[in-house]
Amino acid sequence: MTRPEPATALVRGCAAVLAAAALAHTLWHGVDGRGTALAFGLLVAVGELARWSGGGREAAPLGAAGALAYALLGADAGHPTHHGAPQVVAVVTAAALAGCVPHVSSGRGPCADHLARRVLTTAFAAFCFQPLHARGALPREDGPWYAVFLVALLALTVLCDALLAAVLARARTGWPLGPLLRDELRAVLGIGSAVCATGAVMAPAVAVAGLWALPLFSLPLLLTQLAFRRCTAVRATYRQTIASLARATEIAGYTPAGHAHRVAALSRAVGRDLGLSEPELTVLEYAALMHDIGQLSLVDPVPEGATAALDPARQRRIALLGGAVVRQTGVDAEVAVVVERQADPYREQPVSARVVRAVNAYEEKARAAGPAGSLRALEELRLATARDYQPEVVESLARVVARGGLTLPRTG
Amino acid sequence: MGSVPPRALGWVACAVLGALCCLAPLPGARTPWPTVALFTVLYAGCEHISVPHHRLRVPHHRPRWGGRPPGRRTATSMGTFFPVLLAGAFLLPPPAAALVAVPGALLARVEHRPRALRRVWRTAQLALATWAASRAHGALGGRDAVVAPDFPYALLPAGAGVLAFCAVLALLDGGILATAERVPARAAWRGLFARSLGPVAVHGLAGLMMAVLWRSPYGPLAALLVLLPMCVTYWMSAQYHRERAAHQATIRALVQAVDIKDGYTRGHSERVGRASVMIARELGMADERAEALRFAGILHDVGKLGVPTRLLRKDGPLTPEERRIVELHPEYGHEMVRGIGFLDEARAAILHHHERLDGSGYPYGLKGRQIPEFARVVAVADAFDAMTSTRSYRRARPVAAALEELRRCAGTQFDPPVVDALARALSRHGWHPAVTADDPRGNVPPQAPAGDRHAEAGS
Repeated sequence: MTRPEPATALVRGCAAVLAAAALAHTLWHGVDGRGTALAFGLLVAVGELARWSGGGREAAPLGAAGALAYALLGADAGHPTHHGAPQVVAVVTAAALAGCVPHVSSGRGPCADHLARRVLTTAFAAFCFQPLHARGALPREDGPWYAVFLVALLALTVLCDALLAAVLARARTGWPLGPLLRDELRAVLGIGSAVCATGAVMAPAVAVAGLWALPLFSLPLLLTQLAFRRCTAVRATYRQTIASLARATEIAGYTPAGHAHRVAALSRAVGRDLGLSEPELTVLEYAALMHDIGQLSLVDPVPEGATAALDPARQRRIALLGGAVVRQTGVDAEVAVVVERQADPYREQPVSARVVRAVNAYEEKARAAGPAGSLRALEELRLATARDYQPEVVESLARVVARGGLTLPRTG
Repeated sequence: MGSVPPRALGWVACAVLGALCCLAPLPGARTPWPTVALFTVLYAGCEHISVPHHRLRVPHHRPRWGGRPPGRRTATSMGTFFPVLLAGAFLLPPPAAALVAVPGALLARVEHRPRALRRVWRTAQLALATWAASRAHGALGGRDAVVAPDFPYALLPAGAGVLAFCAVLALLDGGILATAERVPARAAWRGLFARSLGPVAVHGLAGLMMAVLWRSPYGPLAALLVLLPMCVTYWMSAQYHRERAAHQATIRALVQAVDIKDGYTRGHSERVGRASVMIARELGMADERAEALRFAGILHDVGKLGVPTRLLRKDGPLTPEERRIVELHPEYGHEMVRGIGFLDEARAAILHHHERLDGSGYPYGLKGRQIPEFARVVAVADAFDAMTSTRSYRRARPVAAALEELRRCAGTQFDPPVVDALARALSRHGWHPAVTADDPRGNVPPQAPAGDRHAEAGS
């Protein structure tokens, strides 16, 4: 077990202190509105139970929506509530912990970061709303502004959550913060907005209709989660199929085993380092997986599959053939463009094609040169930065390779 | 584009007449016009941004088999914004609720022709369904329960409304399938109602919450928020369908990569996939397994990518050495698709589709029941299509002759129940070997090298 990064430790520590203080406060003063607390706690726990570890971003939308709704709850079936912010944090913490137990016991990944995020985000929303509610400083409930206020508050909360997630991801992976934050914010537009809306509408709905509103609102959100899951699953399958298509060149003996995978993994790492966004990284990865597909059209294999050593005209022909195949696969047209342009001089290429070209050349040269090939391959690339490889890409590649201890990443 | 059968036109006319009757009491009744206007605009807006739907598939030359059973698509592509309609039905009197559906449905995008007719049909259908939902909801005193709000009683009228909505939709849809596509009425109705009930029930809950919030002190603005998760779900579903289509195109590209190398079997893989599904249905396999078998059939020869092009295109007989290399293709194929999780059982079919029942096949010489079921199916489909398609070195055999040949080899090479299933499927649906529209060349090879071919599956 490695020690967590300072940022991770700070976030977890804050969450733990906050949760402990809230629990102590609640135990000391007693629980206000037991039925409501129990219902929301149950909702959060069920939401956490239904969490799934694919897809990354918001794994437990129902848990998040339930927690936010409890934080914004000002009335229950017409009667004002007085549960206060500490009780919100305490209930959500306890419920989330309970919901996490099966996940931890079955070894489905750690949830310390997930819990820390849930606690801190809920605390933010609760401490913004509950004191104002207690003092009666909110917009009048019978006006349309109340809904607007709730949405604005939740939007702010979700922004905080995205920032938190990006900081945690940066501490975990060491990737630059800017692109990570951008990806988190983009995810907010997807399922994040559904969570936000459900949270914002659950609170007034409980205020009007009582606790009956909870199951009624959970159902559409569960449906959203299912749709999201299905979408993630088909995307994963799609990736596997593309990887198989990439393996075709290896089985046909045109390229060495694992070449496409290594180029794809390295390209993704370099793209990360250059600050590309998640959709751009996907295009980059697919293009890298399929960059040699044009060789299937050749009657005889290129020796060792070393396309970087061929003359430019032939390289370009293979690239164009590959682009033609990729166009038939129904992937994003951008992927086909990257494959087509991979043999052009870098000034005429899109960024992804520059990365694929440099990484492919590096992989081939490093493999050909044996154990110390990595350094020599980088050196050769640097010498060709006038025309073929972009200097920034080569430097980024050097950084990525250095981080990986000068070995090629082996991926399955 | 064929003309619409008169019976279908008559059915549409009935629906339109019914819808007009529903709308007729509008001018006289006390109608909350501002609410109606808001809902109408909302529905039209939602309908405009949501994905196109294919509810009415008036006559098109659809393949009778191989496609999905009729009516299945209608349920999965629920491209409309039912929550708004149902919320309208729970809040407004029946004629006003029916009116809410009209402008949105008239303005909605329609993919297939005849567009005007489809729009009119859809409008009538939704108006009738919404009217029925509102009527059923109102009859149980639902509108007071929404205003109060009186939970859990409010769920009962809402449930009745949802049932009425589903029943009307299923009735009208079944009718159009029966009249326009000549699907037997019972087959058309069967399942339509049950399949749409689940999704519409969820939409009904969202509609109920929307109605309750609309009448609450928080007002329409809070009610609008209910729609956001629904919007996200629609968006995800659209994305799912797009990705799935892209995925299928990629599978096809894998097959086309085989065609690049081995030019003479154009369309063979697709047809083997179709024949495999026919057999699967006849054997009573579940839908998922039949679908997996389609992929198994399509991908059965993908390993030929690993065989040197020179051998695949060689004129004249192969030497034993060359034959051995070509016979590696099932193993290559199995290795290639190893990483594709969803293929699962289909991978076994790719590996074993050249095994024979008496144990004389390759790669492992498995016997009888040792051969996986999928592989036995694909072997029969493969041989059948190899015999009935024209190859460069001989003409296609008639279907009856091919079946006769399969029967002769059943027991030694092929699994007799599978051969029987193919024969039954063929007698029921016929064999339509035309390749998909994107391949105008059909299954005739572009160039015509002569000589013995190793891949003659019947050999």
